[in-house]
Amino acid sequence: MVLKSKDLLGIKELSAEEIMLVLNTAKTMKYVLTTNNKKTPHLQGKSIITLFYENSTRTRLSFELASKYMSASAANISASSSSVSKGETLIDTGKTIDMMGADVIIIRHPMSGAPHLLAKNINASVINAGDGMNEHPTQALLDMFTIWEKKGSLEGLKIAILGDIYHSRVARSNIYGMTKLGAEVSVAGPSTLLPPGIEKTGVKVFNTIQEAMIDADVVMALRIQLERQKKGLFPTTREYSRFFGLDEKRLKLAKEDALVMHPGPVNRGLELSTYVMDGDQSVINEQVMNGVAVRMALLYLLTRRNSGENIN
Amino acid sequence: MKILIKNGHVVDPKTNRDGIFDILIENGKISEVGNEIEFSNGDIIDAKGKYVFPGLVDAHCHLRDPGLEYKEDIETGTRSAAMGGFTSIACMPNTNPVIDNEAMVRYVLNKAKSEGIVNVFPIGAISKGSKGEELAEIGELKFAGAVAISDDGKPVKNASLMKKALQYSSMFDITVISHCEDPELAEEGVMNEGYYSTTMGLKGIPAAAEEVMVARELILAEYTKTPIHIAHVSTELSVDLIRNAKKRGVKVTAETCPHYFSLTEAACENFNTLAKVNPPLRTQKDVDAIIEGLKDGTIDIIATDHAPHHVDEKNVEFTIAANGLVGFETALPLAITYLVKPGHLTIQQLVEKMSVNPSKILGLNKGSLEIGQAADITIVDINEEYTVDVSKFKSKSKNSPYHGFKLQGTVYETIVNGKVIVKEKILL
Repeated sequence: MVLKSKDLLGIKELSAEEIMLVLNTAKTMKYVLTTNNKKTPHLQGKSIITLFYENSTRTRLSFELASKYMSASAANISASSSSVSKGETLIDTGKTIDMMGADVIIIRHPMSGAPHLLAKNINASVINAGDGMNEHPTQALLDMFTIWEKKGSLEGLKIAILGDIYHSRVARSNIYGMTKLGAEVSVAGPSTLLPPGIEKTGVKVFNTIQEAMIDADVVMALRIQLERQKKGLFPTTREYSRFFGLDEKRLKLAKEDALVMHPGPVNRGLELSTYVMDGDQSVINEQVMNGVAVRMALLYLLTRRNSGENIN
Repeated sequence: MKILIKNGHVVDPKTNRDGIFDILIENGKISEVGNEIEFSNGDIIDAKGKYVFPGLVDAHCHLRDPGLEYKEDIETGTRSAAMGGFTSIACMPNTNPVIDNEAMVRYVLNKAKSEGIVNVFPIGAISKGSKGEELAEIGELKFAGAVAISDDGKPVKNASLMKKALQYSSMFDITVISHCEDPELAEEGVMNEGYYSTTMGLKGIPAAAEEVMVARELILAEYTKTPIHIAHVSTELSVDLIRNAKKRGVKVTAETCPHYFSLTEAACENFNTLAKVNPPLRTQKDVDAIIEGLKDGTIDIIATDHAPHHVDEKNVEFTIAANGLVGFETALPLAITYLVKPGHLTIQQLVEKMSVNPSKILGLNKGSLEIGQAADITIVDINEEYTVDVSKFKSKSKNSPYHGFKLQGTVYETIVNGKVIVKEKILL
């Protein structure tokens, strides 16, 4: 089996089978990560470029290490230190990188749909590393991988996603992916941070995190961006934390063995209490490790697909 | 110079004609309408099997001239209009500089006279520079030839300024056209707020952003007892509010555009910037309400909101793509395909909404085939099917979401002041 598209633009575009292909491949890659010699020849002779128009620590480093562990030539471009700051358009920047022989361009961009625009205009594979409020597919894949590894399957699991759903590309990608794998997804957050029509994506919508968390197998808190408060979407971080913060008491509403997840970076004491974040149920640090494995898997699958190998 | 249009099905609501008639044009004017007109020495246009309408009038378009000629200019814009069957067009003042004074109005009129091929009627700004701060010289705008005032493209945010604009312009008997959009509610929205904006992760413009200001304008028009024209109505509640205001006797008229009865927000899927327009494409419920409003007369006219943009302004991220679509060359076929063919509007109603009413609202002496009138005539085959091909557009810009659509209705002839400018579907 191969991935259908040359690009990974979103989970929306993937089938359940494709998601499972990535997760299964990631399992092998994770094994590589745990050995003493973290080097494979899979991406030898391939060029992987990260093109980031937004700041990032973990996603960018995760992609860069994934490329290097697999012997690719990797390079980074930041919007602030490139022709982008001279007013070059996304398509022109993309074509330039394309012509230098890039096999995969990994893009993060503040505007939804930017990776789609790039993908339409260049030959290299495009991986969306987060576009506006639209999708963050590799984050969702690593989240699903983490759950799958711990629970064996997502089928029938109750998953609660809490917080700022409106602005969250992580939430959107996870909603699409988890529902495709048969999970029962609930979302909860302040009503000003729940996007209209979200219930039509197949999730249950709640205004209290307590309702969403009852009997949950997985509880995922999202980062609250402090600038949202300035826009008046909620009154104070204090009130947010009081009604929507995940603390030890509230966590008891979920199943005893429920996983606590967060895409990071965490505002300690705001959306997650320090005790929950550092507690036994938290898999936040494993998410980070799995992120490298999932990205290795993706780079492997996309480059193999495009070389015409592994077609059967 | 004489032209005889023979055997066409003439629809002229003003003279109550709806049947097969010949029309004789002499010296640029309609000189005779009747059966079997005696004729020698001139051109004959055989309109058998076709409809003959008073020339279409567009109350809302953007010619981009001056200042934005890379998108469109008066020459290309009027050629595009002619291909769409429009013989008179009213252009919005959001050019660079803004048409907010007498000299600018004269510039447009002069350029239209030398380079335009249809009648061009400039619309002046409500406020200086369309900044929404101080009234423009409305009296002088009217004196120079502006047929209406509008800050189109932007709302007049300040309700008090709009109240003054209504009061002041009523003295000069000039139509005030309002672009209804509450800027705070619209925020940084780029498409209709709803399921599609949510699943594409794009900021939404709620229907309420339009409706709140429609309500405000209706209240101000009722309070000041002055007329107001609501531009590009796109939502169900806007239609309801206008319907109710008309019942209360408010002097309100309203327009919609073909995209609000033929497309929904779903057209934006896959970040299709060609479907990015303001007000944004809405839901099916809104489309149904717009059609109902056209049927029952709540919405008086169909305008194009022809908004040309360069390819570089559309082939970018959805968030920063320009708003608007070119409309002249698809408006009539869209109205025929989506309104007349399904039985929502009769041919007479179509002519009212695309010729008679816009002419009346702007106070133009157009929209009829009476004897003595300037011969502005559009000849249409309402049954001919064709596939929209944007590369054939005469407009300088090709930003249309209708490329590849199969539509019915083709313009065979466009005649302006007795001069044939489109003949057998070809621009002369």
